[in-house]
Amino acid sequence: MIKKLMKSIREFKGVSIATPILVACEVGLEVAIPTLMSMLIDYGINESNMDYVVKMGLFLVLCALVSLFFGAMAGKTAAKASAGFARNLRHDMFYNLQEFSFVNIDHFSPSSIVTRLTTDVTNVQNSYQMIIRMAVRSPIMLIFAMIMAFNVNADMALIFLGAIPVLAIGLIIIMKIARPAFERVFKSYDKMNNVVSENLRGIRVVKAFVREKHETEKFNKVSNAIYKDFNIAQHALVANMPLMMFCVYACMLLISWFGANFIIDSGNNPALGFTTGQLMSLISYAMQILMSLMMLSMVFVMITMSRASAERIVELLDEKSDMQDCENPIYDVKDGSIEFDNVSFAYGNASRHCLDNINLKINSGETIGIIGGTGSAKSTLVQLIPRLYDVQKGRVLVGGRDVKEYDIEALRDEVAMVLQKNVLFSGTINDNIRWGDENATQEDIIRVCKLAQADSFIQQFPEKYDTMIDQGGTNVSGGQKQRLCIARALLKKPKILILDDSTSAVDTKTDALIREAFEKEIPNTTKLIIAQRISSVEHADRIIVMDNGKIDAVGTHEWLIENNDIYREIYSSQQKGGDE
Amino acid sequence: MNRPGVRKAVPKSDKKVSGKTVKRLMSYIKNYRITFIFVIICIIISAVTGVIGSMFLQILIDDYITPMLSQAVPDFSGLITAVLTMAGIYLIGVAATYFYNWAMVKISEGIIRKIRNEMFAHMQTLPIKYFDTHHYGDTMSHFTNDTDTLRQMISQSIPQTLSSLITIVSVVCAMLMTSWALTIVTLVFVALMIFITGKIGGKSGRYFTKQQTDLGVVNAYIDEMVSGQKVVKVFCHEDKCKQEFDALNDKLCQSATAANTFANILMPIMGNLGNLLYVVVATVGGALAISGVFGGLTIGAVASFLQLSRSFTNPITQVSQQINMVVMAIAGAGRIFDLMDEKSEEDNGYVTLVNAKYDKNGELTETDEHTCLWAWKHPHGDGTVTYTKLEGKVELFDVDFSYDGKKTVLHNVSLYAEPGQKIAFVGSTGAGKTTITNLINRFYDIADGKIRYDGININKIKKSDLRRSLGMVLQETNLFTGTIMENIRYGRLDATDEEVYAAAELANADKFIDNLPDGYNTVITGDGGGLSQGQCQLLSIARAAVADPPVMILDEATSSIDTRTENIVQSGMDALMHGRTVFVIAHRLSTVRNSDVIMVLELGRIIERGSHDQLIAQKGKYYQLYTGAFELD
Repeated sequence: MIKKLMKSIREFKGVSIATPILVACEVGLEVAIPTLMSMLIDYGINESNMDYVVKMGLFLVLCALVSLFFGAMAGKTAAKASAGFARNLRHDMFYNLQEFSFVNIDHFSPSSIVTRLTTDVTNVQNSYQMIIRMAVRSPIMLIFAMIMAFNVNADMALIFLGAIPVLAIGLIIIMKIARPAFERVFKSYDKMNNVVSENLRGIRVVKAFVREKHETEKFNKVSNAIYKDFNIAQHALVANMPLMMFCVYACMLLISWFGANFIIDSGNNPALGFTTGQLMSLISYAMQILMSLMMLSMVFVMITMSRASAERIVELLDEKSDMQDCENPIYDVKDGSIEFDNVSFAYGNASRHCLDNINLKINSGETIGIIGGTGSAKSTLVQLIPRLYDVQKGRVLVGGRDVKEYDIEALRDEVAMVLQKNVLFSGTINDNIRWGDENATQEDIIRVCKLAQADSFIQQFPEKYDTMIDQGGTNVSGGQKQRLCIARALLKKPKILILDDSTSAVDTKTDALIREAFEKEIPNTTKLIIAQRISSVEHADRIIVMDNGKIDAVGTHEWLIENNDIYREIYSSQQKGGDE
Repeated sequence: MNRPGVRKAVPKSDKKVSGKTVKRLMSYIKNYRITFIFVIICIIISAVTGVIGSMFLQILIDDYITPMLSQAVPDFSGLITAVLTMAGIYLIGVAATYFYNWAMVKISEGIIRKIRNEMFAHMQTLPIKYFDTHHYGDTMSHFTNDTDTLRQMISQSIPQTLSSLITIVSVVCAMLMTSWALTIVTLVFVALMIFITGKIGGKSGRYFTKQQTDLGVVNAYIDEMVSGQKVVKVFCHEDKCKQEFDALNDKLCQSATAANTFANILMPIMGNLGNLLYVVVATVGGALAISGVFGGLTIGAVASFLQLSRSFTNPITQVSQQINMVVMAIAGAGRIFDLMDEKSEEDNGYVTLVNAKYDKNGELTETDEHTCLWAWKHPHGDGTVTYTKLEGKVELFDVDFSYDGKKTVLHNVSLYAEPGQKIAFVGSTGAGKTTITNLINRFYDIADGKIRYDGININKIKKSDLRRSLGMVLQETNLFTGTIMENIRYGRLDATDEEVYAAAELANADKFIDNLPDGYNTVITGDGGGLSQGQCQLLSIARAAVADPPVMILDEATSSIDTRTENIVQSGMDALMHGRTVFVIAHRLSTVRNSDVIMVLELGRIIERGSHDQLIAQKGKYYQLYTGAFELD
């Protein structure tokens, strides 16, 4: 997992490595300062040597300034490295996201992707900064302080060594308790977010069914789980600090006792042995060791807490597109003919096939209507043509070649699809239509909008083609949105055009005008029209009736009325009902 | 359901720290008064032991080591007592530290849970208007970010700041006791440190704000592109997206670098200022000790002063770091309290809905059984209770309504739904169809006019009972994470399995459910992941059917279901709702054709009303719609 994340450091490797080095220099000076200070006391103050005090003092000031310089530099490089690492992580995740096939997209919920790219990355960023600064700082400080302590007085410094196993065991026990509790907390957190988000979106349902109490109980249950686990985890963690204090205080007392003895033995003479100055610097080192251990334990906590985030990031990075490009792709789609050859398809690992053994041939330039009930797999069928999903069995051929042989971009350029759940993006109408072709001229755009019967209402907006569309296209009506989406697809000048229930919110008259325009303006384009209204498909060259993942019948309107039960039933339901 | 322009972004208020928020937070701590007092005592003990620890060195050197040096046969007994006393003090300090940290976790988690639960429970009482005018994301962040920072403040910032302040005070006292001259030198230095911290902290804060803004932009971009990911794929727009994303991402990286740089630099600056302080004190103290002016200083005094000056820098750095945290947390708490202060839905209703049956005398009485008979229980001032049979008669008289108090969206709407009738609303988006049904169930309250339900003013009916009497199926299905069984049972929590199966069958959902790998135990997510839009609608119809309500509102309930399935569902619903009142809103005219009355709405007014045949004969707007000459947006 860590290896995978490390790959995203890239150009920030330099600063990432520089940080610990700078930190090491800073720490080196920081650790040397107490020794210099003890010298200042022993040789300066104790000997009443003011000259020495001033000289040593100036030297110490210099050391502090240099240490400040290193510290500031380290702070800067650490910020750069961690922010850059986060940038690269987001970059890599977003790029991988763009490679996702439809199968992959179905796999993650949009809100979880957003959290992964923002909150989770921020968590990892903070930990990373902590690691390159503190995780290096603490051990170095610990080691330096130890070395210096040994240098001052090896016998006394042994006391520190005794404290380490006590600390280590204590820390391990704390982590053993805290970690699983933290992991449970994060899971409960996801659950809580889900409850809140579903309640926000579904507040009308909650209120309409008077389920406020039921929902509050549901929330309290999750909330209590968080409370319980957080208490366990945090109560384990707060033992950290007293444990450190205990060890350090014990060391200090032992140093004081033995120190006093040694000083008395030596008569406080540096030449003979232990002195008061040395005693003071040893105590300073004890403090430094305490500090470094405290930081180290904080790093542990941070890593524990961000581990869940790191896992979620890696999950997204590891998700491989299940659609592989072939080795020598074809870039040219010959014509708009389509053929389904023994095609079977199922979503994910569902055992039941959505599409079962489909055989179908569509000629270039034909207009095909597709009709069928909810869940009859109409959308699934057409989504195989631009290779949004890969078939499990059989082949789908476009222009006489298997869709898997094409370069995906070339294929999708020629097969334009207007999706059922369609989206406009924030930007002007022009920006949105230009998705079909970035280099389109204004004339091109107006032409396709006229084709899709969108020009008339666009002209009525005060800003015409420069009208801003809100996110999700909420400021245009359903019918207008659908027509804009059709225009966007037409701008591609595709060989095959697929409309997946794309005129459901458009009135029958406009619907008819669109079909008429298609016939006149793009006669050579193969057109597949999925619809629920018979009137949308009845003029098609052929109509496919889908039922439960199978083709029930193919034929013209008249033929189907005569010979197909399902078609006749749909027809009569609408006749009686009234849509024309 | 689509009311363009109603849901507007409310700019995030930059809340300043207000005394009121702090006071309110304190009221939460009050519940833990005794624990909190103990915590403060423990913090004082812990801080004072720390300071005594630094003083101990002086005592050790001046009172024990130096005199013992001059003794021929040093007497160690005094030293032993001193060390043991110190050990005792330290132990108390360690215990106090553990206890206050432990207790603070208990307090903070308790408070956070209380706030979280209160906030959610309160959110449930808010009127629909609140949800229209607030972004989901903003409300979500009250439950996550805002409570997280608050937790951190209570469990860490408060004790740390307290402990730091106490340490600073006791250190200053100890310093004054040792040497007032050196204390002045130190305090001047401290002033300088506080000044620098303020400067850098301010700069860092500005960049942190910028970083949050940039993060917000990146967040919004990802949100939009991820929701439209399939369109991106179909148009091979991946590269363009990558470019746009990179630009935003780089900007975020820059502000994050700047913000963190300032925050990171603070520590070395403070640490080394501390070192400088040490040198200055050593030099001045040394000079004083050697020259003997200002009453002279012992070497031990200088040594312990140096020790004291070191325990000075840490608490100051900590306080300076905590200040940012505290400001952020209190701003967050302010936002949480804002939510809690939002006015709940008003409910002055006292008429309740009860199951009813006829007793021997043919009088309507209340019963606990689930009869298919309901009555309005109407208590009177004199203590008597009358029961009115629920018939499902709904009348609107001259109703005006506006969402924002400015733009009127319903003008003078009057309608009379007789018991057992099927009433349909037809009209463009924004014509006010959904609004009418939202007034009947009191999601919103009318501005002018009257609404009567079985002759009772709906304001007199308890909201929960009013809504229980109205089954709602909305276009946006809003299922909840859980099994299919649980989702259908949402309509009536005590429904038996058999009743759930029956409802699913009635909604024609049983076929696809049986085909799912785990049948009724299949777990679905709130957005219905894996199910088609039509299948979600069938589930939501089943959910309403299991509730078996006296009156039903179907708001575009079958918009994603094909006409053939819709026919089957409709005949089932018609059977269930036979003799009960039904309101239908639909885009497809085939859905509403067999209604008793069809209301055609335009711009908030009813322009035509009558049965299908009457309206066709009128050759008005409905006729135009029906013949396809007009478009419904």
